[in-house]
Amino acid sequence: MHIPDGFLSSEVCAVTSVAAAGAIGYAASRARDELDERRAPLLGATAALVFASQMVNFPIAGGTSGHLLGAALATVLLGPWLGMLVVALVLGVQAVAFADGGIAVLGANVLNMAVLGALVTQAMLTGAGALRERTAGLLGVAAVASWVSVMAAATATSAELAASGTIGLTTVLPSMLGVHALIGVGEAVITVAVVATVLAVRPDLVGGRRAAPVPS
Amino acid sequence: MRLGVFVGLALAVAIGLGAAVSPFASPQPDGLERVAEDHGFTGAGTSHAAPVADYAFPGVTDEKAATAAAGLAGTLLVFALGAGLAVTLRRRSGHPA
Repeated sequence: MHIPDGFLSSEVCAVTSVAAAGAIGYAASRARDELDERRAPLLGATAALVFASQMVNFPIAGGTSGHLLGAALATVLLGPWLGMLVVALVLGVQAVAFADGGIAVLGANVLNMAVLGALVTQAMLTGAGALRERTAGLLGVAAVASWVSVMAAATATSAELAASGTIGLTTVLPSMLGVHALIGVGEAVITVAVVATVLAVRPDLVGGRRAAPVPS
Repeated sequence: MRLGVFVGLALAVAIGLGAAVSPFASPQPDGLERVAEDHGFTGAGTSHAAPVADYAFPGVTDEKAATAAAGLAGTLLVFALGAGLAVTLRRRSGHPA
């Protein structure tokens, strides 16, 4: 769902860049709370997994493909602030080094795919309360949060396209939500598979399992 | 499982996905590209110069090999940057403002 340059107006680029920069700055100030000794080495590994997974487009219906966004996965593993930073890092590298997603629209892409995804996922983890301390509960929350994070990104992308005058909201929103409802299922499958694997070998590394709030 | 082993295995899986599986990923347009095509605004998009544009490693003529090389390079790069981010955040947390 990487927006290329040219799809968004300069006004929308400016507003989304300011919003994304603010969110990333706040995340950086909060992330050190989440960065205990165990999770520090996991940042590189999570970033690598999200980047590599994003290269593996999976086919969905109608000659269309999708790929992992990774914000839900990174948030379940690392917490919302580190998760947000890791996905933003991946998006930045993709734009600068691989021309995957535009430069002027990087703020919009970070907002859509990293910031919203992390916040949505953390809201659901918090809402789940003690449910997430059980394996089945956590995997269920991760699945729903994955799907919702993709739909949130699709909604935000549609709103930005409409605000830019590229296409009308009533035209683009149903199309984006329709195709991403399927891609979101793929997101949920991959996220659950990875989280279940980590829970099996090192459950202590899954930050989202802890119901207690992150100390600040 | 020791943490170092776990991180090593995770990186190995990432390299496998980025370098070995990605050349065989679906070449179909993704969700946004599909919507842009269906509604005729694909042409509004522009591309910019980048070291490894479109995940094709420069100088590698075979298309699948070029994708594999790009995936390997990118996976190692974000791993290093992610580790660097952790170091930076930890260093900052050691010197609270």
